[in-house]
Amino acid sequence: MSSFFSRVRAGLAKTAAQIRERLTETREPAAESPSATVARAASLQEIEDALIGADVGLPATERILSAVQQAGGAGLLRDRVGAEIKGVFAGASPAPDSGARPRVILIVGVNGTGKTTSVGKLANLFKQQGQSVLICAADTFRAAAVEQLAVWADRAGVDVIRAKHGADPASVVHDAAVSAKARQRDILLIDTAGRLHTRANLMAELDKIRRVVSREVPGAPHEVLLVLDATVGQNGLVQAREFMAVGGVNGLILTKLDGTAKGGVAVAIAYELKLPIRYIGVGEGIDDLVPFDADDYVNALFVDQW
Amino acid sequence: MLESLSNRLQGVFKSLRGEARLTEATVDAALREIRLALLEADVNFRVVKAFVDRVREKAVDQEVLRSLTPGQQVVRIVRDEMLALFGTAAGGLTPTTRAPRVILMLGLQGSGKTTTTAKLARWLTRQGKHPLVVSTDVRRPAAIEQLFVLARQLNVRVHEPAGEMNPVTRAEGALALAKNSGFDTLIVDTAGRLHIDDELMQELAAIRRAVDPTDLLYVADAMTGQDAVKSAGEFHRQMTVTGVVLTKMDGDARGGAALSVVGVVGVPIAFVGTGERPEDLEPFQAERLVSRVLGMGDVLSLIERAEAALDDESREKLAQKKDFNDFSLEDFRDQLRTIKKMGPLEQVLGMIPGMGGLKQLNEQRANMDPKQLDRVEAIINSMTPGERRNHAVLNGSRRKRIARGSGTKVEDVNRVLKQFVEMRKMLKTMGGMTSGRGGRQRLMQMLRGR
Repeated sequence: MSSFFSRVRAGLAKTAAQIRERLTETREPAAESPSATVARAASLQEIEDALIGADVGLPATERILSAVQQAGGAGLLRDRVGAEIKGVFAGASPAPDSGARPRVILIVGVNGTGKTTSVGKLANLFKQQGQSVLICAADTFRAAAVEQLAVWADRAGVDVIRAKHGADPASVVHDAAVSAKARQRDILLIDTAGRLHTRANLMAELDKIRRVVSREVPGAPHEVLLVLDATVGQNGLVQAREFMAVGGVNGLILTKLDGTAKGGVAVAIAYELKLPIRYIGVGEGIDDLVPFDADDYVNALFVDQW
Repeated sequence: MLESLSNRLQGVFKSLRGEARLTEATVDAALREIRLALLEADVNFRVVKAFVDRVREKAVDQEVLRSLTPGQQVVRIVRDEMLALFGTAAGGLTPTTRAPRVILMLGLQGSGKTTTTAKLARWLTRQGKHPLVVSTDVRRPAAIEQLFVLARQLNVRVHEPAGEMNPVTRAEGALALAKNSGFDTLIVDTAGRLHIDDELMQELAAIRRAVDPTDLLYVADAMTGQDAVKSAGEFHRQMTVTGVVLTKMDGDARGGAALSVVGVVGVPIAFVGTGERPEDLEPFQAERLVSRVLGMGDVLSLIERAEAALDDESREKLAQKKDFNDFSLEDFRDQLRTIKKMGPLEQVLGMIPGMGGLKQLNEQRANMDPKQLDRVEAIINSMTPGERRNHAVLNGSRRKRIARGSGTKVEDVNRVLKQFVEMRKMLKTMGGMTSGRGGRQRLMQMLRGR
């Protein structure tokens, strides 16, 4: 567990440095000595700016801060805000593993968030946990998407069910589900094409995939994970809402946390939609996708910076 | 952005109506809404603060012009300030005498560099240029192949030294080929990278030294939040970006990143990506984006698309019509085909003024079936030429035959005919309303997309 912890830390360290810089900018006037800056506890206004700057969004920020103020209590403001945010994540817990096998996990999201990469890394993660995995390449739209996934699968040592470019994704999913049962795999990971949540026909395609897989494996898909890019702004909330309504999304993967973005919209999503973050991406290596831990996330990206 | 800002402002302005002079209190109420809406649109909070302050300065205590309500006046100030922020730089690429022109694409992972590279090559081809593309993305699995496939689909030449995995060598090879083979433009696609990844930023600098680009286009996702300023700013600091391409503008992203990047980094926006098809790339126009921000619709884009979609033949046919008495089902079908060519229906509708803001319509838009138009076309195709020219002959048995022929039901045929008759009636009334020949001509011109 300590290695996991250090990896999250390392991945988030770059982010943390940037945020410290950002907050120093916020703390005008700049005439203050560095030691004074460190010693001074962040004020309400500074924390509000930091939350908005992290894409938490104004409505969620205001609700969090007013909840903290109403509750009162002792201790530093930053710790109380941190506890409140952790509470938000505690209120959005994932459904427990029902034990059904194969466990079908469907990966969805808008274009360019890192779905294919996440599928590769997830396959690796599950394999290291001792589970047998099968990958289904259902992104038959984007040029070379299947080839990209095949490379990742090879790195993870997992096999892929694939179809020709332009084929009906639902038919590949059907084949993969049959195959996962026949090969008695623990996990079936399905990669899908990127789709904007505003495109009705593409969202309908997602619904079809769900229906097809549930016919083969009762209760599937057990998890539908929306991949969110940590750089996304308030549109992330709209995406989550739409993919939840049409795609049955029940968890998030927050990618690209190794940059300067913090994915704060996930706080708003947890607050409003009770969608839990399941995994976070903290780097480009195959091991750089780790299960989400609310304490680590909130401390590394928020509280420790204030 | 766009809808929520205009909705919010409309709410405030309703309350402003009837006041002869903008007071500090009314302006404050409006500014609060502007601030909320801009933050919701992901405009960087520093930009929002600066912007709101500027608007306040201009708005407080101004005499209300006789022709304007206070609400309109604030809208005008907001509009002018936004336009001022975008500056006068035109979208697209600035002319250059350099040959070959070298365009370097850069940005974070997943922003859409490879797709944009292909779209840009197509756009240049349309401008009569001869582009060559090359991928230097040796990191993302199958990225090179992705560009190769896209370029081949578009009949664009791609430099592909198989097995060569040094990005700089790949770029140099492409530049040599472009020079030797007379390509006037070279587009160099690069791997997505984080602005804080020193090693990869150095690689980018090496590619830049090797090809000495005319343009450095930073590709940014329109859905980016507050971080847009950090990433774009750092890329600009290290690489001196010359323009921004804003991608995925076809979603409901507010596109506030556009304001942030321009406001803080000071780099003009060159292009916007508006869809998944290769042709969905347009030179940026500030007035259009600002109009969309303020809920005025995107009429300019609509007209331009209509022009591009109307081929010469159907334009000629429409021109021959003196009035609408002989508007036939054939013309109706031509119109439908034109609309289909203009792009996905939901995109087209979003550009019509007022439509974008209607929530109800947005929901309908999501449920709209693009196949509907195909069905209507199939129905008209199943008619005889005589029936198409004179719909009055369509009795019950003819309608039954048409339904069978087009794989639809008689109700569908009836519905199409009803729509046609209504459209014809509307066209006639409009023609009659615009009194005199001039008015009618203007209307015809409008329909012809001129």
